[in-house]
Amino acid sequence: MPDRPMIEIASVTKTYGRFNALDDASLAIRPGEFFSLLGPSGCGKTTLLRMIGGFDTPTRGTIAIDGQPMLGIPANRRPTNMVFQSYAIFPHLDVEQNVAYGLKRLKLDRAEERRRVEEALAQVSLKGLGRRGATELSGGQRQRVALARALVMRPKVLLLDEPLSALDKKLREQMQVELRSLQKAVGITFVLVTHDQYEALAMSDRIAVMFDGKIAQVAAPKDIYQRPVNRQVADFLGGMNFIHGNLVGENGTAIEVETKGFGRVATQRPAHWAVKGGAVTIGIRPERLRVLWDQETARHELAGTVVDRHYFGEITHLVIEIPGMDKPLSVTETNDFGADDIPVGAPIRIAYEPDALVAMAD
Amino acid sequence: MKRAIFRNQLLPWLLLAPQLAVTFVFFLWPAAQAGWQSFLREDAFGLKSTFIGFENYSRLFGDPHYLNSVMVTVVFSVSVAVLAMAVALTLALAADRMIKSAQTYTTLLVWPYAVAPAIAGLLWWFIFNPTIGLVPYALDMVGIDWNHSLNGTQSMILVIIAAAWKQISYNFLFFVAGLQAIPASMREAAAIDGAGPGRRLFSITLPLLAPTSFFLLVVNTVYALFDTFPVIDATTEGGPAQATNILVYKVYVDGFLGLNLGSSAAQSVVLMAVVIVLTVVQFRFIERRVEY
Repeated sequence: MPDRPMIEIASVTKTYGRFNALDDASLAIRPGEFFSLLGPSGCGKTTLLRMIGGFDTPTRGTIAIDGQPMLGIPANRRPTNMVFQSYAIFPHLDVEQNVAYGLKRLKLDRAEERRRVEEALAQVSLKGLGRRGATELSGGQRQRVALARALVMRPKVLLLDEPLSALDKKLREQMQVELRSLQKAVGITFVLVTHDQYEALAMSDRIAVMFDGKIAQVAAPKDIYQRPVNRQVADFLGGMNFIHGNLVGENGTAIEVETKGFGRVATQRPAHWAVKGGAVTIGIRPERLRVLWDQETARHELAGTVVDRHYFGEITHLVIEIPGMDKPLSVTETNDFGADDIPVGAPIRIAYEPDALVAMAD
Repeated sequence: MKRAIFRNQLLPWLLLAPQLAVTFVFFLWPAAQAGWQSFLREDAFGLKSTFIGFENYSRLFGDPHYLNSVMVTVVFSVSVAVLAMAVALTLALAADRMIKSAQTYTTLLVWPYAVAPAIAGLLWWFIFNPTIGLVPYALDMVGIDWNHSLNGTQSMILVIIAAAWKQISYNFLFFVAGLQAIPASMREAAAIDGAGPGRRLFSITLPLLAPTSFFLLVVNTVYALFDTFPVIDATTEGGPAQATNILVYKVYVDGFLGLNLGSSAAQSVVLMAVVIVLTVVQFRFIERRVEY
């Protein structure tokens, strides 16, 4: 069966009283995909994850996993497993018993059960810690036990509810890399819930960005970062300069927008976009603007004055006022050429590539 | 723990004085009196007492009535603790499943705790009264002749039910709190690992509830041993033929009705030793095991 989605979510709505936690969400997650649900708290991402896992039931709509409709099937009979935010390690059992918990139901013989537990512990680099009590583990180790306990069941889908949010920054980044390579190794479909855009960008094959119970955009990390469909998505994923413009030409999906500063911009029409009175927002990421040094020139450049500067170690944020533009532009520059030494008030020239300019809905 | 530093050496003692006085007057002094009295024999008219050493104790442990009372107490306490905890746990598990009505349900179930033990005893005495009670009437229809004032076993069942009923609310509250303290994700993690409701209960919920259960076991045992006097007094008065004559009740009967103050005092001292042991058990084990 080619291209049958692993998880198919069709018009799912979840209502609590009058509040729509999830509003008509539809999504198809492919087999073997690392898929992230990204959004601020309260956007409905966890609700959606819990409905896939069978802990909540949709008010309307259907969820199918591997072609099987999941309506009325309790969590313990679904081909899914989950890593909880709190890890939910059983405190009265040791590591091995925690991992073997689900296997007991399969009634494997002792040797086979042991082999699978060992294998799962090896996958998460916890070999030799099987006899350790659940309460004697560090945060990172608990995380790994939770992961092993889920993987040992060989689920079709692994759900991860903000699994890294309790770890400190360094460990979190290390675990992101490990999780990603683990997922590639086992080939299980991962669905990750996170509010951390860097985590989603670094780990996912595709991301669904959610706001207020609605899915705003589903795309690969690079597309979602470079070509956000609206200002909300653009903002959530990182810094973005927004420039007002007016629609002057239209040919199919290609559009032309007249802006102050950037002149006439040729770009693509964003999805779900209706032109209202010809006003169009154009966005450009701060790192897509580049400082021009000394005699350097570029095909597309702007001249202005530095009005503010923020130092971040490896990079510096410059705020640059361009004559004729309503708002100053943010520019992110690496510090290898001395962007951190540019004084406030200095004249400056910046360059950009026209394809970095994207049109988006408000 | 917050520590206060007093410059005046006398002030801390002064502040503690009321509590110390109460402890001394109402506990230490009577306990010492009982201890002393357990070594004496008083004549029937209370005119003089003789020092007899450990004779009260040696007689006690050779007395078949006392040994019977020990057995009765063991059966009674274990039954009360088990019944009160089992029923409370069942109710708590039911309450834990509810979302909207749990509050009302909990409030209603706590009411019996506000009923004085003697009144609770009386209530059950009425319900089980062979002449006018509802239960004997119902039992009669299935061919069981209920008369707890003649039948020792039935009498025991009556006091166990009456004593356990009162304790159910208390246990229920602790079990509900204990259940709520178990993170939902624990049971969800077990569920997603394929465990059905039954296995979740026995492999996750009950083990995680063990500290609460152990605490309640001690509390219920202490309750059954010492706080059930009014229940017995209002229903069976230890009868028939001493079938429900538990140790605390026997202290009262021998001391205040039989006027054998020396033996009564010796029995009190034995009971005090039991309390001390239970308290030590409670502190030693519970304090350490409550936290995971």
